[in-house]
Amino acid sequence: MDAIASNAPLVVFIVIGTIAVAASFLVVMMRNPVHSALFLLLTFLCVAVLFVIKAAEFVAAVQVLVYAGGIMVLFLFVVMLINVRHLPDEKMTTSYTLGGIGVGVAIFVLFFAVVRTGAYHDEAPNAAKKLTTVREQVLTQHPTDPNKLVRKWRAKDNRNAEAIGMALYRDYLVPFEVASLFLLVAMIGAIVIGKRELSALEEETAPDYMLERVETEKEVKDLVNAN
Amino acid sequence: MIPTHYFLILSAILFTIGVVGVLTRKNGITIFMSIELMVNAVNLTFLAYARQFHQVHGLIFVFFIMAIAAAEAAVGLAIFITLFHHRDTIDVDEANLMHW
Amino acid sequence: MTWGDTIYLLPEIVISIGACLLLIAPVMRRGGGVVRASGAPSGGGARTAKWTMLAILVLTAVAVIASSGLVADVAQTKTFASMFALDSFAIFFKLLFIATMAMLVLLSDDYLAASRYSAWEYYSLLSFALCGMMFMVSGVHLAAIYIGLELLSLSSYILAGYFKNELKSTEAAMKYFVLGTVSSAILLYGISLIYGVTGTLNLMRIADAMSTLVTNDALMFGIMLLGAGLCFKIAAAPFHVWTPDVYEGAPTPITAFLSTASKSAAFAIFARIFYVGMHHFRLDWQVVLAIIAALSMIIGNLAAITQDNIKRMLAYSSIGHAGYVLLGIISVSEMGLYGVLVYSVVYVFATLGIWATVLMLSKHEYAGEQVSDFEGLHRRAPLWAFAMIIFLLSLGGIPPTAGFIGKYFLFYAAVGAGFGWLAIVAVLMSAVSMFFYFRIVMAMYLRDGDGQAEVVSSGGLKLVAAICLVVTLLFGILPGPLVEQAKISGGWVAKRVAANNAQR
Repeated sequence: MDAIASNAPLVVFIVIGTIAVAASFLVVMMRNPVHSALFLLLTFLCVAVLFVIKAAEFVAAVQVLVYAGGIMVLFLFVVMLINVRHLPDEKMTTSYTLGGIGVGVAIFVLFFAVVRTGAYHDEAPNAAKKLTTVREQVLTQHPTDPNKLVRKWRAKDNRNAEAIGMALYRDYLVPFEVASLFLLVAMIGAIVIGKRELSALEEETAPDYMLERVETEKEVKDLVNAN
Repeated sequence: MIPTHYFLILSAILFTIGVVGVLTRKNGITIFMSIELMVNAVNLTFLAYARQFHQVHGLIFVFFIMAIAAAEAAVGLAIFITLFHHRDTIDVDEANLMHW
Repeated sequence: MTWGDTIYLLPEIVISIGACLLLIAPVMRRGGGVVRASGAPSGGGARTAKWTMLAILVLTAVAVIASSGLVADVAQTKTFASMFALDSFAIFFKLLFIATMAMLVLLSDDYLAASRYSAWEYYSLLSFALCGMMFMVSGVHLAAIYIGLELLSLSSYILAGYFKNELKSTEAAMKYFVLGTVSSAILLYGISLIYGVTGTLNLMRIADAMSTLVTNDALMFGIMLLGAGLCFKIAAAPFHVWTPDVYEGAPTPITAFLSTASKSAAFAIFARIFYVGMHHFRLDWQVVLAIIAALSMIIGNLAAITQDNIKRMLAYSSIGHAGYVLLGIISVSEMGLYGVLVYSVVYVFATLGIWATVLMLSKHEYAGEQVSDFEGLHRRAPLWAFAMIIFLLSLGGIPPTAGFIGKYFLFYAAVGAGFGWLAIVAVLMSAVSMFFYFRIVMAMYLRDGDGQAEVVSSGGLKLVAAICLVVTLLFGILPGPLVEQAKISGGWVAKRVAANNAQR
């Protein structure tokens, strides 16, 4: 019992890791994309737990929000939008599949070979210094006058979110700004590509309220301009 | 603490499953889910290394990857929907107007 | 970092603001009302959009030239926590991108006016792509380079599928998107392994860390995966499957964009990452890249012979050209860097000239794309036919044209680095490439077609063809200024690497 308690993180890692692998395997194996999407959600949540084990709570929270919250909703939305009846009728085992699995096994052996124990760089002696330090102001007693308090900067333990925030908005400012442009482009792109233009016929038959709104907007604008 | 290479091996497994999914599936959306698996595996690797070095660089990279994966998902799914409007299927093998 | 450093980002800021302006402008013009999507072609709006875009590009070019005055300062102090370097290597490519982009605007003009798609979003997305490319070539940190690359890629996916009512365009976007994201994931895995071994993402620091390491499986694997991801972006051989389909399906001006600007940006980061970051392990990766280069040249040029669709033919030819540029990267020498820089310019101008000719023949969305459409062109448009010959000769690397200068540097660098066999393959494949370029020439001069494809040459296309013709001939006869500039820009990177190595 003690052995398990002392190795609690390891036990959690093994359990969660197994679930993650099984779920991701099912993502690939499921015929129905809705099932795939749900197993993908499970994988994302397991990865979030693994992040917590590695003491990256903030990343884990973002993982849950962005992946499990955002991307999964998008996936499910699209799967539902595209009628399941129209989905390709796939045979799950073909020669094609075997080839793919063969390639997969080969890749995995290669990966396993390179990430086996010690294949990565051991902790660099100066690595700890590179950690972004966060400083905080503390009030301490004045060295001579006991009635006075002075403000002093003190290096603080790195808290997850704080360290990330400092790095993101200071060192990584340029990539951060580019990422914001990236989000803008994604927004434009999704609209440009996804928006269905009405054909001439559909426009004829467009519901009145849509056209009315355009008219109303125009009238209001004219009125404003006139004044 | 759990050794770094446990995480790396797990991440390699997830990445491989993602690769197999991309290679074997024909359904565009499932292929895209497999790509998300690969990206998640990369996130796991970055995080494991970032903790190994006590650095934030790897963590920050994970953030950028997440932001980019989320945004790309929006565009990718928009492309799939448009394709679906054209031919009522998202089977990538059906997309053979130009030989694949 | 201080606020004053923002000045180094001036060109990028100008182009981002311009891109946003292009989005807002049509809304302001139309007075906020909702305009019906279908109906008359966008006509007048497209013209205004074109001029706005050109004005923005001129401003960006001015900003780049103004910022080039700051280069001397940055030699010692790198900006933005070593994310972003304003060096003459980056400035060389930025000016090339802006020039390419301006010509692409001229190429797109009629094509867009004839279609029913909005020109504003189109130019806006092109501006964002330009912004991504500019961040990419300035990046000296893998995070910055990766995000710039993704900005470029995402804009390209959208632009490839911009003609969403054409099935071909949507299919091209889908293929490009799926394969592009897979390659990004592979690239990321490579970056993560390199990070794991070296403990840093900054290219100079990676080089420092690598100089203290012995060969290491994980590192090798990381470099290979990174290389594979980049080879996808430049469309080198085993990773080229997407190229013909995407080039064929995308709207023609976008194909021109993918084969010129986007590709030269990928060459630039490929050269920078491998020259600056990975040069200590060159003996390990040179051979692998040499095989990839040889495969690209062989597959690209041989497959191009059998193509009848000119867009597919040029796609395969561009795979071959990626192989030539890899020679410069493989050599890991100053000469190789000059070769990459010179060849990027030469290749971009010759290719754009060819695309101008193709667009001249295309009356509507996907016409004028067959080799047979070129039949009897010398009767209908003798000047265009002559210009086409010059562009094809330049791509083939025949002496009086600029293509020869570019290939000279690349082949010389490859021989200098001990890759004589690769240079021989490259020369042989250049000869093969002349074979299919000659097919187009034969069609133009020796066959009298019925002239199915109408010749619609507008002012913009003529201007682009004239510029490309002048540049191709001028740098062929007087290569001095281009080579000098390439030596300054390439030499900059080489000097910094040398200084960094000496310091340690």
